[in-house]
Amino acid sequence: MEQVYLSSSPHIHSGASTPQIMRAVIYSLLPACAAAIFFFGVPALAVLLIAVLGCMACEVVCQRLMKQPVTLNDGSAVVTGILLGLNLPPTSPWWMTLLGAVIAIGIGKQIFGGLGYNLFNPALVARVVLLISFPVQMTRWTAPTPLRYGVDAVTAATPLGEWKTAVMLTGRLPEGLQGGTFSYLVGNMPGCVGEVSALALLGGAIYLFRRKILTWHIPLSYVASVMILSGLFWLVDPGKYPDPLFHLLTGGLILGAFFMATDMVTTPVSPGGMILFGVGCGVLTVIIRLFGGYPEGVSFAILLMNAATPLIDRYMRPRTFGVVRQGGAR
Amino acid sequence: MRQLTFAGGIHPPDNKEWSADKPIEACPLPAEFVVPLSQHIGAPATPCVAAGDSVARGQIIGEAHGFVSVPVHAPTSGEVVVVEPRPHPSGALLPAVVIRADGEDRWGDFPKPEPLSGLEPEDIVEQIRLAGVVGMGGATFPAHVKLSPPAEKPIDTVILNGVECEPYLTADHRLMLEEADRLLDGVGVLQKIFPDARVVIGIEANKPDAIAHLQQRCADSSVEVVPLEVKYPQGAEKQLIKAVTGREVPSGGLPMDIGVVVQNVGTVAAIADAVLRNLPLTERVCTVTGSAITEAKNLRIRIGIPLSHLVDVCGGLTAEPGKIILGGPMMGAAQVGLDVPTTRGTSGLLLLTETDLALRETEPCIRCARCVQACPANLLPTTIAAYGRLDRLDEAEQYRALDCIECGCCSYSCPAAIPLVQTIRYAKAAILARKRSG
Amino acid sequence: MLAAIFSLGGIGLTAAVALGFAAKKFAVEVDPRELAILEVLPSVNCGACGYPGCAGFAKALVAGKAEANQCPPGGMEVAARVANILGVEVVFKEPEIAAVMCQGDNTTASNRYRYLGLTDCIAAQKLAGGPKICPAGCLGLGTCVRACPFDAIEITAEGLAVINRGKCTGCRKCVAVCPRQVIHMVPLKTSVHVLCNSHDKGAVVRKYCQIGCLGCHICLKTVPDAYRVENFLARVNYEDADEAKAAVAKCPTHCIRDFVDGYPVGSSFEPAVVPVKSDAA
Repeated sequence: MEQVYLSSSPHIHSGASTPQIMRAVIYSLLPACAAAIFFFGVPALAVLLIAVLGCMACEVVCQRLMKQPVTLNDGSAVVTGILLGLNLPPTSPWWMTLLGAVIAIGIGKQIFGGLGYNLFNPALVARVVLLISFPVQMTRWTAPTPLRYGVDAVTAATPLGEWKTAVMLTGRLPEGLQGGTFSYLVGNMPGCVGEVSALALLGGAIYLFRRKILTWHIPLSYVASVMILSGLFWLVDPGKYPDPLFHLLTGGLILGAFFMATDMVTTPVSPGGMILFGVGCGVLTVIIRLFGGYPEGVSFAILLMNAATPLIDRYMRPRTFGVVRQGGAR
Repeated sequence: MRQLTFAGGIHPPDNKEWSADKPIEACPLPAEFVVPLSQHIGAPATPCVAAGDSVARGQIIGEAHGFVSVPVHAPTSGEVVVVEPRPHPSGALLPAVVIRADGEDRWGDFPKPEPLSGLEPEDIVEQIRLAGVVGMGGATFPAHVKLSPPAEKPIDTVILNGVECEPYLTADHRLMLEEADRLLDGVGVLQKIFPDARVVIGIEANKPDAIAHLQQRCADSSVEVVPLEVKYPQGAEKQLIKAVTGREVPSGGLPMDIGVVVQNVGTVAAIADAVLRNLPLTERVCTVTGSAITEAKNLRIRIGIPLSHLVDVCGGLTAEPGKIILGGPMMGAAQVGLDVPTTRGTSGLLLLTETDLALRETEPCIRCARCVQACPANLLPTTIAAYGRLDRLDEAEQYRALDCIECGCCSYSCPAAIPLVQTIRYAKAAILARKRSG
Repeated sequence: MLAAIFSLGGIGLTAAVALGFAAKKFAVEVDPRELAILEVLPSVNCGACGYPGCAGFAKALVAGKAEANQCPPGGMEVAARVANILGVEVVFKEPEIAAVMCQGDNTTASNRYRYLGLTDCIAAQKLAGGPKICPAGCLGLGTCVRACPFDAIEITAEGLAVINRGKCTGCRKCVAVCPRQVIHMVPLKTSVHVLCNSHDKGAVVRKYCQIGCLGCHICLKTVPDAYRVENFLARVNYEDADEAKAAVAKCPTHCIRDFVDGYPVGSSFEPAVVPVKSDAA
């Protein structure tokens, strides 16, 4: 008789695997990619392709250099690549996108030891480094040109940028921002490649919810805290602060709340910790948007909360079965 | 009816269809029995027979030591061949009494049982102890200990565990369907011990026939039959109590601390035999199943039958077994070979092929938190395991490693195939060893 | 401008005063000899001395609770310098290092099952006593590797722990964690050892291991003073081991090995004569 296997129980497994999760995330991002290409045409496609291929190549090079097994098959580099591409302006020059890929994988991920060990969301690390290093290229937006590809893109401001500039100059909300709720919902507005279409992003998110890869904790607490906090400001001075729906649908909030702030590696593991993380992201986002120098605060908010994740994990532990909580956590 | 349950848990494929419709068959007796003297949690029994002695079925061959211990009985009549260390389901060589059956299968002489009405609760508990009744769901904790709560811990609820949440196993299911009489007799005995307690039979909703049957049988009595959500580990003692009563057994405590006693349905049937028929525990129902066995069956087996005999009775192997598991696939113990004997805790023999095992390499944790969502004890398995791996026992203990019930939900759901529960087990053992050494 | 200078200067001044005060107020008296000893100790905090880290050992030395020669990684050299600081005589202690007394890797020793799960010998040992049939052989799952503070142990591709004689300092951490007690402390000056740990009879050993000691006494017959056989297992008499090398070639199962000639199959370690740090400086 062939030798049997012996292991500690359990002897069966759910079949879940890291590549399976990464594949599902890739599928869920495809609608946003499609919307991006629909609105911004070939430049968006180019940004996405360069970002994905750049991340994959960088992963292989890094792992070869460090004499580690190459783990391209787990799909995490592809996910990082897509997320990076979705977080860049469609006008990004190729070299900047490529540099972003190198920063994301090299500095954002591999330097920490690869998948599972990074502290910060790799795609956001790259985006923020690029934003600080190349402010001009990173804030050059174009108006979407659905179905009119090849036409020279018209430079335009994002709704959030438009609001920020007006508030800075006049202290008041501009008279009638361009676009409107419907445009914001479908994504017919200037912005990053993947952040514009709320509908496409939500479609992907619903798929992830159904596959039980996303839980409600972070997205809901993030979006809800942004809505509530921005709503308070709006109620105080509707002439100066935009309404919560504007906050929700413009900028990178939906992309951030459903796909960036939910990156498993860089977020807390306990349900309570996830909610705290989401609320923290929401509060920081609103503060940066309303009072910071940049019109958009999602990336910074998530990165700051990434930094707080080990701390949150330490203090937000679930109540163990059979333990009566006596005052405060711990 | 609303299905009760607990928080956390997983939904593995139950694979019970292979044996769920197979009536219980009596397993033919082998020529030789190997009866381990260590068949329960607690001090092993000491042999009181020697090579050459002839024994009758039910005769005590190993005497109990201490309160948390029960005697061991001969499973059939015959001659003691030898008393020596033999392979034991725990993987070690442990003392066992080897009996050559004489084929007569003669019972020893036992006094006629007293009528239940004439017995005091202490007499009943003593009778149960002498009959060697232990928890037959697999934990093999002596039943009489659970039935002897101190006076300051009044019992108000008795729960019969008919959940059988382990995939593949159908022994308790068949017992509830076919032997409701024995079961309800046992309920009568328990009611005699705890006259004021509410009696609940908890059954997972994937056994509607058993639920309907018992509900019908209990229609005229105060016994409640409660369907529970199909979720593993619904049958774990603490989770079952939570589902049925809403109470939580305190960390480090026992069910009796919150006024609850839980007994497996097989145990309750054995209690009926012990008290009302004066028959010691020498047999139980066991499911033999898995993709490597020719025909899955529910067998009434004697204690001490070599596993190879069970395989023969079920038509032999269809393929090389990749794993031989005593008990269910979630918490059962893998065996090195088929030469070990059945014990009182053998609820099933599961033979899986190598393809069932879906062997995987361990990958780095991606902190997906599936283990956290699955953990019925509300722990952070990945954190405890990470500390355990680094031998940082203080931190592992601080994250409440000792509250782990080792159900395996974390390992089952981990996409990185990290042996989480094994690592936690390892940390628990190290923490307890350190506590003992002071 | 002026305001900035004054406010920054003020903050600096306040902080300096506070720090200076705190340094005086909360100063901890340390015996200067303790600091001097700490300078001399290897600072690896391995705990081999039996005290919590080098600082704990230094404290114990000054308190007269510990002997100068109790630091295995430091050897006699450190012992002499410590004794010098304390003004005591140094007592010579034979330096020891750890050796894995087993050569039964996956190619030469049989398993009874295929182990899956945590790569750790203690965890595997809990499952039916470990996959290796030999009850005393090396499981090769690297519990010792993780315990070693000096990176002196490797697991060969064939699944056997091997200790680098050049790197091992004799801290005994691996000895303490090995669940099968395969790792023994041996005198550093002896390089010939019987690499088997099984006390089973020769016929039993032969069933599960090609290079286990059979207890055949051939070594004992070749060099009677250098060997002894206890319970079917030969051992080198380390007090009288000068001639032990003569039996290496005679052993029928090749389980006697001279580490100067090489490590077991598959090891990346280079054979080396390890200088004994015995000269008290």
